[in-house]
Amino acid sequence: MNSSSFFDNKNTLGLLFLVPAGVLLLLFLTYPLGLGTWLGFTDAKIGRTGEWIGIENFQFLIGDSVARLSLFNTLFYTVVASVLKFGLGLWLALLLNHHLPFKSFIRAVVLLPFIVPTALSAIAFWWIYDSQFSVVSWTLTKMGLIHRYIDFLGDPWLARLSTIAANVWRGVPFVAISLLAGLQTISPSLYEASSIDGATPWQQFWHVTLPMLTPIIAVVMTFSVLFTFTDFQLIYVLTRGGPLNATHLMATLSFQRGIPGGALGEGAALATLMVPFLLAAILFSYFGLQRRAWQQGGSDK
Amino acid sequence: MSNKRRDLLKAGAGVAAAATLPMIWVKDAHAQWNNAPEKGAKLRVLRWSRFVQGDIDQYMKNVAAFSKKYGIEVRVDNESWEDVRPKAAVAANTGAGPDIILGTNDDANLYPEKLLDVTDLANYLGKKYGGWYDAGAAYLRPNGKNWIGIPLGAAGSMMVYRESQVKAAGFDSFPKDTDGFLKMMKALAAKNTPGGFALGHATGDANTWCHWVVWAFGGKMVDKSGKVVIDSPETIKALEYSKELYGTFAPGTLSWLDPSNNKAFLDGQISVTNNGISIYYAAKTSKDPKINALAADINHAVYPAGPGGSNAAFHLFLNQMIFKYTKYPKAAKEFLRFMMEEEQFGPWMQASIGYVAHPLAAYAKNPIWTSDPKHLPYRDAVKELRPAGYDGKLGYASAGALADFIMVDMVAEAASGSKTPKEAAERAQKRAERYYKV
Repeated sequence: MNSSSFFDNKNTLGLLFLVPAGVLLLLFLTYPLGLGTWLGFTDAKIGRTGEWIGIENFQFLIGDSVARLSLFNTLFYTVVASVLKFGLGLWLALLLNHHLPFKSFIRAVVLLPFIVPTALSAIAFWWIYDSQFSVVSWTLTKMGLIHRYIDFLGDPWLARLSTIAANVWRGVPFVAISLLAGLQTISPSLYEASSIDGATPWQQFWHVTLPMLTPIIAVVMTFSVLFTFTDFQLIYVLTRGGPLNATHLMATLSFQRGIPGGALGEGAALATLMVPFLLAAILFSYFGLQRRAWQQGGSDK
Repeated sequence: MSNKRRDLLKAGAGVAAAATLPMIWVKDAHAQWNNAPEKGAKLRVLRWSRFVQGDIDQYMKNVAAFSKKYGIEVRVDNESWEDVRPKAAVAANTGAGPDIILGTNDDANLYPEKLLDVTDLANYLGKKYGGWYDAGAAYLRPNGKNWIGIPLGAAGSMMVYRESQVKAAGFDSFPKDTDGFLKMMKALAAKNTPGGFALGHATGDANTWCHWVVWAFGGKMVDKSGKVVIDSPETIKALEYSKELYGTFAPGTLSWLDPSNNKAFLDGQISVTNNGISIYYAAKTSKDPKINALAADINHAVYPAGPGGSNAAFHLFLNQMIFKYTKYPKAAKEFLRFMMEEEQFGPWMQASIGYVAHPLAAYAKNPIWTSDPKHLPYRDAVKELRPAGYDGKLGYASAGALADFIMVDMVAEAASGSKTPKEAAERAQKRAERYYKV
């Protein structure tokens, strides 16, 4: 009798059903995150458990020119790539929202860069950017436009921009398709009503499309910024953080220090340093873009 | 100078080894080995994936011969060489994983206490095959007494050049010193057949030549006591030299990773680079007649000596580690012994045309080094090898400094002119001091 009433209790049962998901989350998300953060406060090395050393790793990193450069690179990479991805993605979404021939086929094709494994597309980009075999440089030389191969990955600033371009190429489809889904949820009656009121297409975009789309934009751009900020594979395949550490992101430097370099604690500390930036990005998109009043046509109070 | 010191060291080591050998067991020149593998043993081996196909083919043949002879099943997993380090680290940390791992450079020095003591095996092999070269002991006998692994050898990195182009530039043979080398590089660039050396984060190629150039002029990362001394007049000289050298390079070397110079060389775009014997091997075995024809024109040379006479170079050192957690330590030892014996090691070296140079002196007689004179420069890769942590102890600091590309970044910064040699050296000094905690 007792046991049946125990299982009949809705609250108990509910908790019971939550246990598997909870265990999974604890085991595979909370524990690694906690362990990583803890490692950042130790001097753990590969093959040796560390001892608590407080914020020494962080002090070390703040004074380290390469770590500071990687922070700059990461911010630059994230900001430029995210802005471009948003602009191009929105534009692409608006185009795809029109009635085009072979609509679903085109939409599927647009997703391709996102589907291809990063390491694979990075190798394709390597071929585009290679200092000796670049297909771009080759074409331009054959056309007689340049006389020397472009040093895409050899010049620090060019390397930064080249890696950003590869990242944007990869990230645009995700933004575009998600925004397209958002566009299609906007009721046509809103457009009809606004055109009866004599709104121009630009006014429609500004006063109907954009406000209705902001919740989706907030979610999509949060994800996009997170992916970009933590990018690893693309850089690792293309440059390994070179030339002269110009493309080292915090994620790649953290790996380099932690695993091949053996300084687990320092690598973990560097990874932990990424968290505040990621949190800031999330908070910004949630509080900055989820403004109900504006979406409903009013103005912020 | 350094050669003399080296010889002295070697003589010293020889005396020390002779003194510590268990004379009771060794009555004559023949080394003895008594070991009975555990019954029902099974082994798992993790190794770096082959750079040349012949290596893995013969390695697996040897493994099959071992399994057949001892009835011990051996599973061999391959990982890209740069991925072996994290896997080995996880194995060391968690106490579970492959019984034997074939690692690189100072891997063993990161977790010496997790590795099975193989002093008996090392002594046996050393005694039987004319002794271990110094570099093997530097990496794997860190305390001068106990071996924590068995050297496998080193993937030698040497000068690879196009004979016809070097000749066309006015040089009958590859220059023996840095001055001549610079002259040749200038002449090659003038002929529009430039050389090229990786300056990107190329773990293998960039590290090897950048260490050579700094050492050639007498610079070094640390002194014997582990004090960072990279910011020195000698280093500055090396950097000024690198800058001049860089002026002769093919474009784009700042972005070069490990495969870049191989591809450029095989495509005929560069006349000189530094590499393992794999470029020659690739040309020799290529099905493309154009690349195949290149093989006849490829030759190798050891690094040119600097003003001080040193041509010491860093090569990718390869080790074999048995982890303490193994259930079958005796079988694991037996496996390593078997693979290192002449009957197995000799054919293996031949199959990989000497990609891995031997760590035991007696193997210098292997016909692979003389069957093709082009192999010869790679013969002494281990004999002449200088660990990247020179002149200090190997361990976390040396591994960290190497993995962080401090030497490569310094040479690249100075060579490309993004920093003056002095600035680059100062920055390297600061970065290295963080690893060698002042």
